Amino acid sequence: MMHPALLELTLQFLTLSLLSFGGAAATLPDIHRRVVDVHHWLTNAEFTQMFALSQAAPGPNVLVVSLIGWKVAGIAGGIVAMAAMCAPSSLLTYWVAHAADRFREAPLRIAIQRGLLPVTVGLIVASGYVLMRTTDHGVVAFALTLLTTATVVATRVHPLWLLGLGGLVGALGWV
Amino acid sequence: MLKSESLSRISRTLAMDSTPPLSPPVVSTRALFFRFLEVGLSGFGGVLPFAHRMMVEQRRWLSEAEFAEVLSISQFLPGPNIVNVAVMVGRRFQGPKGAFAAVLGLMLMPMVIVLALALVYARFADVERVRHAFNGIAAAASGLVLAMGLKMARATRGSLVAMAIAAVSFVAIGIARWPLLWVLAVMAPVSIVIAWMRRAR
Repeated sequence: MMHPALLELTLQFLTLSLLSFGGAAATLPDIHRRVVDVHHWLTNAEFTQMFALSQAAPGPNVLVVSLIGWKVAGIAGGIVAMAAMCAPSSLLTYWVAHAADRFREAPLRIAIQRGLLPVTVGLIVASGYVLMRTTDHGVVAFALTLLTTATVVATRVHPLWLLGLGGLVGALGWV
Repeated sequence: MLKSESLSRISRTLAMDSTPPLSPPVVSTRALFFRFLEVGLSGFGGVLPFAHRMMVEQRRWLSEAEFAEVLSISQFLPGPNIVNVAVMVGRRFQGPKGAFAAVLGLMLMPMVIVLALALVYARFADVERVRHAFNGIAAAASGLVLAMGLKMARATRGSLVAMAIAAVSFVAIGIARWPLLWVLAVMAPVSIVIAWMRRAR
């Protein structure tokens, strides 16, 4: 009755939760590695589609987790994967918030924060790179990715326009 | 509840924006749930700016400095940043039930919408045009993620050591595809120790 992969799915996201420094975006390469390469729950193409869907909906980036869960084990999978992704880190945050006031200006806290920043930067760029590689990468798709990157870095254009442009170019059959 | 909320807002306005309020605002569990529900619905590709607008500019639950502190703590812990912010703000006003209400409010509607979208997509996934459209969206969305990484890189202020650490992390995860656990177990302590040794400068 229960989906056979549900328990394993839960365990995967419970551990990913505590590794997700830098949020869902920084964790995507490892999610991809586990879900596509290790467990073969999704193909590359399906992973990309779930990511695209999550970007086309309002809400936090972590939503992609519920879509992956859904693809693996239905609606229950979607809810359970999301709960597993959020629960351990939330409990940790609650506990740390409780203690945080004492460490407000502590040099160690500042060092941890400064030290984690470049690691997170590397992970997020890796995330964009892995996602780019999992998309069918013809020349047009590649150009679309670079155009979006440059536009977002250099201008204040709302990201939704760029996703819309991507959808349009795709629907015309150019990607 | 409404009355005390508006009273504290007035007292904060009188005390000027930059200084912390004399009387902390009273925020009910209900308000936490519904305000975060709105925040969850408003953001595409990143909800944090909307959470900031709601809590600091519109409702005045937090000052800029308080928000920055909540954000910096949630950024150096694992977990989606916005979920961690919701946990901390919910806890601040209503303890465990506030934290739960804020997170539930934040995630509820986006989950319903995205799963509904997935069901619709599943029906039309065989349509060539729909599949191609989503490939195009994915290509653009990868660019959004790359841009976020590059923008965050600015915060390292051009430090060569920081850029080297970012580059090594990128190669380990993006190209070598090593497990995140091992990469973090090595890179995080190394980077923190370097930041610690350079703290005086």
